[in-house]
Amino acid sequence: MAIFINEKTPILIQGFTGRIGTFHAQEMIDYGSNVVGGVTPGKGGTSHLGRPVFNTVKGAVDETGAEASIVFVPPPFAADAIMEAADAGIKYCVCITDGIPAQDMIRVKRYMRRYKKEGRMILTGPNCAGTISPGKAMLGIMPGHIYLPGRVGIVGRSGTLGYEAAEQMKALGIGVSTSVGIGGDPINGSSHRDVLEHFENDPETDAVLMIGEIGGPQEAEAGLFAKEHMKKPVVAYIAGLSAPKGRRMGHAGAIVSAFGESAAEKVEILKGCGVTIAPTPSEMGSTVAQVIGRLKKVA
Amino acid sequence: MDIHEYQAKELLAKFGVPIARGGLAYSPEQATYRASELGGTVVVKAQIHSGARGKAGGVKVCKSEKEIEEAAEFMLGRKLVTHQTGPSGKLVSRLYIEEATNIDREIYLGFVMDRASERIVVVASAAGGMDIEEISATQPDTIIRVSVDPAVGMQQFQARELAFGLGVDPDIVNKIVPAIMGCYRAFRDLDAMMVEINPLVITKEKQVLALDAKMSFDDNALFRRPHIAELRDKSQEDPRETYASDRGLAYVGLDGDIGCIVNGAGLAMATLDMIKLAGGEPANFLDIGGGASPERVTKSFKAVLRDKNVKAILVNVFAGINRCDWVAKGVVDAVKELEITMPIVVRLAGTNVEEGRKIIDNSGLTVISAETLADAAKQAVEAAKKA
Repeated sequence: MAIFINEKTPILIQGFTGRIGTFHAQEMIDYGSNVVGGVTPGKGGTSHLGRPVFNTVKGAVDETGAEASIVFVPPPFAADAIMEAADAGIKYCVCITDGIPAQDMIRVKRYMRRYKKEGRMILTGPNCAGTISPGKAMLGIMPGHIYLPGRVGIVGRSGTLGYEAAEQMKALGIGVSTSVGIGGDPINGSSHRDVLEHFENDPETDAVLMIGEIGGPQEAEAGLFAKEHMKKPVVAYIAGLSAPKGRRMGHAGAIVSAFGESAAEKVEILKGCGVTIAPTPSEMGSTVAQVIGRLKKVA
Repeated sequence: MDIHEYQAKELLAKFGVPIARGGLAYSPEQATYRASELGGTVVVKAQIHSGARGKAGGVKVCKSEKEIEEAAEFMLGRKLVTHQTGPSGKLVSRLYIEEATNIDREIYLGFVMDRASERIVVVASAAGGMDIEEISATQPDTIIRVSVDPAVGMQQFQARELAFGLGVDPDIVNKIVPAIMGCYRAFRDLDAMMVEINPLVITKEKQVLALDAKMSFDDNALFRRPHIAELRDKSQEDPRETYASDRGLAYVGLDGDIGCIVNGAGLAMATLDMIKLAGGEPANFLDIGGGASPERVTKSFKAVLRDKNVKAILVNVFAGINRCDWVAKGVVDAVKELEITMPIVVRLAGTNVEEGRKIIDNSGLTVISAETLADAAKQAVEAAKKA
């Protein structure tokens, strides 16, 4: 099952014919993702990478039955593209675009609330590496081969740090059910907590690795959710122990501006919620291994 | 992006926020001239990107021409050190000369992008003059918060609620409401991330004035706010950071001696953490982006080497879509081109990692290749200690 996407999910590429869209669409197709077409306004009716191109997301959904989309649209137009997907009935959308203005994202989030929760599109990103259900489908820009198929979920803000985790796990023979990038922006589509909830409800996921960083309330909120609503164990690593207060560390969202937003404070909060902490970034894989080992003993 | 007080006031005034009369000066002579235009007692205010200027000697009430000249002489060309500037301080090259006001009450008024509610939130307190951390620590009960629905924007009644909540006289409420609404509109229309009026004052003459103003803007939105982008003052930035950001690199200067070049912000933070844990101090945060092309690697070396404290460099690249051999070649070429002699530790991971390591090991350069993140950090710390 995995979460969000599998080998059957019909996928649409928004910003299909651009250089970046083309490159990553081909990578996704090669991985085995079910890419059914793409959208580039003005190029409807043509064909690209052997798939049809549409002018609008609605047109594409009507023709192809697409359920998921991935947005490669440049920052000034990305918020619009996400709202178009939500309105066209796309169920799951990944936004890769880095550099979307924060107020645009506020507008996107407010716009999405016009749809009832059950039918509302799930958005992950922006400014993320996307989502992969290893061995099934890839909806992102990650190197697919570093993920072993398996039963541990990964949710994280950072792309390359997520790769690091996947590779450490692969080296230990631990596979991934789905890996979800939620992105490094202050306002994002889904939070750590939102994704944890999906993993908790996924019968093919046994445990979750959460890769957080400084800034914002999301890691603490996720810890509380794990404590109160999850039976599955959660392992966490929080990046930015050495980050000075008030400095933005690359990601727009990675800035300590209030109490509880530093890495040390987040680690303390998560520990208090029963989350197992990977003490260093090179121990993400081994900490997951310990936690799964305990699961097996109990079983 | 941050701007100066006088720039923020000019912007806010256009949105109907009342400010005191004032003018800009670049020299003591201009300062006295501005003061003579204003007449009476004036306040000379150093323009730097930092709060708490008063304690650092950057704000002075002056009654005579002599006092103005002395204050201007003292401030101009000086680096003011506050708890927000770091130990090296920030250079004063502009002064704002403002007419003095008879303060009756001081109010704190702030607008922030609240991440928890994903809305613009207005924060106000009757304990103006102190910074907000101080207020939340000592007088949390005085803080009032209002959150703005992005669909319809801030409403007048919300501004009234704030004003009455602050215990302001009813006849003043009518003057504060437009000030609050103006700040909100400026925040929204200019893509701000923060607007802080501290203090917003009520004068003895029953006027409302924004006595200090701070604004910072969403870097991601500057493409559609060219007149805001023009307000950037590079003299207020860390020169290492200016150099890097002008070349499209996300760089944050730190105080250590190990230069870092990493792809991806999260991995870059994790790399700094590993250096700390290994007993070293990183000289910088540097995210070269997911791609890590040879050109960007060369640019990154140049940026890192501008920091003269750097004794060793750690390169940590997870090559996903790119191949490690390509990145390795980029590193080797950059080291040769820039004739770098200090120790460089390179840790590659991902696609074609073996080929990448071979290129590093066979380069004949003083480049050490490391297998894991932990190993890389350890080697870099040792190399920096020996250097």
